[in-house]
Amino acid sequence: MKFATYSSLLLLGLLGLSVMGGVNEYVFFAGFVVLQFVVLATAWNILGGYAGYVNFGVPAFIAVGAYTAVVLFKSISAPLLVQILGGGVLAGALGLGVGLLTLKLRGIFFSIATVAVVFILETIVNNWRYVGGATGLQLTRPADLWFFDSYVRMLFFVMAVLAVMSVAIARYVQDSFLGRGLRAVRDSEEAAECSGVPTLKIKLIACTVSGALMGIAGAPMPMYLSYIEPSSTFNLSYSIYALGMPIIGGTSHWIGPVIGAVLLATLQQIVTVTVSNELNVLIVGVLLVLFVVIAPEGILGLIKKWKQSSK
Amino acid sequence: METILEVNNVIKQFGGFTALSEVSLHVNKGERLGLIGPNGSGKTTLINCISGAFTNYQGSIRFDGGDISLLKAHERTKRGIARSFQIPRPFSSMTVMENLLVPFAFVGGKDGPEQQKEAMAILQGMGLADKAFVQSNQLSQVELRKMELARAMAAKPKLLISDEAMAGLAGTEVDEVLDILFDLNKRGITIIMIEHIMQAVMKFSQRVVCLDAGKIICEGTPETIVKNPEVQRAYLGD
Amino acid sequence: MFSVDLIFEATLFGILLGCFYAAVSLGLSVAFGLLDVPYVAHPALLILGSYFTYLLCKTGIDPVVCGVLLMPIFYVIGIGFYRFYHETFEKRSTDTGVRGLAFFFGMAFIIEVCLILVFGVDQRTVAASYIGSSLEIGDYRFPYRMLVAFGIALTLTFVLTIYFSKTFTGRAIKAVGQDEGALRLMGANPVRIKQIAFGIATSVNAIAGAMLIIVGPVEPAMDRIYIGRTFCVVVLAGLGSMSGTLVAGLVLGITESIVMMTFGASWAPAVSFGLLLLMLGVRPQGLFGR
Repeated sequence: MKFATYSSLLLLGLLGLSVMGGVNEYVFFAGFVVLQFVVLATAWNILGGYAGYVNFGVPAFIAVGAYTAVVLFKSISAPLLVQILGGGVLAGALGLGVGLLTLKLRGIFFSIATVAVVFILETIVNNWRYVGGATGLQLTRPADLWFFDSYVRMLFFVMAVLAVMSVAIARYVQDSFLGRGLRAVRDSEEAAECSGVPTLKIKLIACTVSGALMGIAGAPMPMYLSYIEPSSTFNLSYSIYALGMPIIGGTSHWIGPVIGAVLLATLQQIVTVTVSNELNVLIVGVLLVLFVVIAPEGILGLIKKWKQSSK
Repeated sequence: METILEVNNVIKQFGGFTALSEVSLHVNKGERLGLIGPNGSGKTTLINCISGAFTNYQGSIRFDGGDISLLKAHERTKRGIARSFQIPRPFSSMTVMENLLVPFAFVGGKDGPEQQKEAMAILQGMGLADKAFVQSNQLSQVELRKMELARAMAAKPKLLISDEAMAGLAGTEVDEVLDILFDLNKRGITIIMIEHIMQAVMKFSQRVVCLDAGKIICEGTPETIVKNPEVQRAYLGD
Repeated sequence: MFSVDLIFEATLFGILLGCFYAAVSLGLSVAFGLLDVPYVAHPALLILGSYFTYLLCKTGIDPVVCGVLLMPIFYVIGIGFYRFYHETFEKRSTDTGVRGLAFFFGMAFIIEVCLILVFGVDQRTVAASYIGSSLEIGDYRFPYRMLVAFGIALTLTFVLTIYFSKTFTGRAIKAVGQDEGALRLMGANPVRIKQIAFGIATSVNAIAGAMLIIVGPVEPAMDRIYIGRTFCVVVLAGLGSMSGTLVAGLVLGITESIVMMTFGASWAPAVSFGLLLLMLGVRPQGLFGR
């Protein structure tokens, strides 16, 4: 129950922050992005860290979430929560679909298939005038701000709730039978199958949950930007972040992606604003390669080793 | 004598290569069956068909009164077929105890403190109790083999298939594993042993089946098998 | 709309394009198809080859010659990559799948971003006597640059096929993917063989990169769509099939050409990735795979 206590306190704290006067709006703009990456990193890790299947096509799931939200908003003026739910459901369906197609094959085919999905969906969206095609679509935010002072503050808090929810889901998966089974699949799929683990089923569950959470992270984006267009939404750089953050933070425990996301997304906000976007991708790429080679268990692993050596 | 496993006219092909051609055999409840044959004769393929690692073969397999031909491997494990692997496949990121808790969770449905006690009992029976909380990638070869058997036991099988559990082990280690298998059989578990170490097979088996080039060439008691000229030819060549 | 003439022209162009795609995928066919290395950085190295060709070309050397000159350098890079991959990932058995993939994915991004930082996002081209003019036969025009690339592609495929079937090292490379143990018994060192194979695969990227920039302008982000094209060819051919690579390349080239003619160039990326998904779903072992 400690988790429930701490996360409730955290949410209350963030709620307080969002209704406080005198706080620079930029905090909420940047904070939204950091929290979004917490969701993405956590989501990626459910399939990548726990089960060992590497999703390179993260932007496809984000985009499904974002564009579903756009369609729901444009067609029936759906409220934010409905947009998020719709985005999650469809992104989850995409996860299930890709899984059904490739999870019976070796891991690398799953990874390549996820890249394929990005390009195919981007091509479709580029030619879909209803959502703006290649040029994109401007969106007017609705007037309803609940009790917040600005729309961004509200989005910030909504993303905070989504982040806590994703981490709670990851924690539940990790500690449940599902987590045990996924770890067995990752270590030796054959032995897992012979130990009674329904390997295909749990891989599909992990894939669907992971995809759905990424869609949920993407759904608020159109409202956040007041704008949606394909090339930035489908940007493959999302993959290097969503992959790098858990690997650098540590993939074996739900707190790893959180650490990785907070550190790297904050760094990203600093570097992108002061220097360049490309430099940030380079930093994350180099850190990813360094950690994969030298410290495969991530920051969590380094902390564990440091604790052990100081005993 | 009740039949627990029935393999009927199983044919398994890989592309143009026929690994098993119309193999039929039966195993009785509580029996100790030895399966021998030179390398490439199809022993592991047969085991893979029985355990469900392969499901696209012709023919049928019946286990414990039911047809299991269409069941996937994990479903067959739940029905009571367990196997160990030729090259041990531990869950290397987990401790020995956690390795055993996987079948407890997925076959038995529970992995709480009671199951941990049961797991400890299994490990004690194999002399692995002191390694229970060691990460499995730090075990020696013989300890890994024993853990394979322990993990198979955690699935509470009616039939255990031991695929070359003693390969590469030294004299006393072979006896250790053999004792474990005898002990399991005494508790009522039917055992199929695949082994190249002839002494072990002869000591252990009540009945021996010999496979060569995908066909059963001989079946009988250990003494009969050893004297059979076909078997000798299969192993030593013409 | 669907005149036979247009389809015929698209098919002819597709054949040229297809041979080019096949040659560009040969390196991956070896590294991933034969050696089972998750070499997702292959397209990035292809683009790197193009940029090196661009640089070398500035000294006035013909781009094809540049490509050939770069081959030894890329050979060494390939050996280095494999040595590193082998020491760091293949030897230690835990969790190599994720780490290997993450490593090569990270390297691909690093290469792409470095190219952006050094060269910017603008497209680069090279100049040569055969770029810009076309051969006219009857009503059809074949751009000379495509014919040059076609010629190189055929030569490359031919040379590699001979190498893999006639020389000892070549046959050893084909064998090492299937049975390392047997190879060891024959006295060959599997690690050394794999190293050579990887070196060859990467050096092919040098000349393929030259071809790429001869055929059209190059920009750093092109490695992304070439992930689709090269993996599509390798999967379509079937892992381990070198000769299948040519057929697969032709299938992709012709399909892409006809789709582009019918629906427009913006649908091009979807063709290779779509074909890839289709193969994975319907026949994952490819047309000729083992």
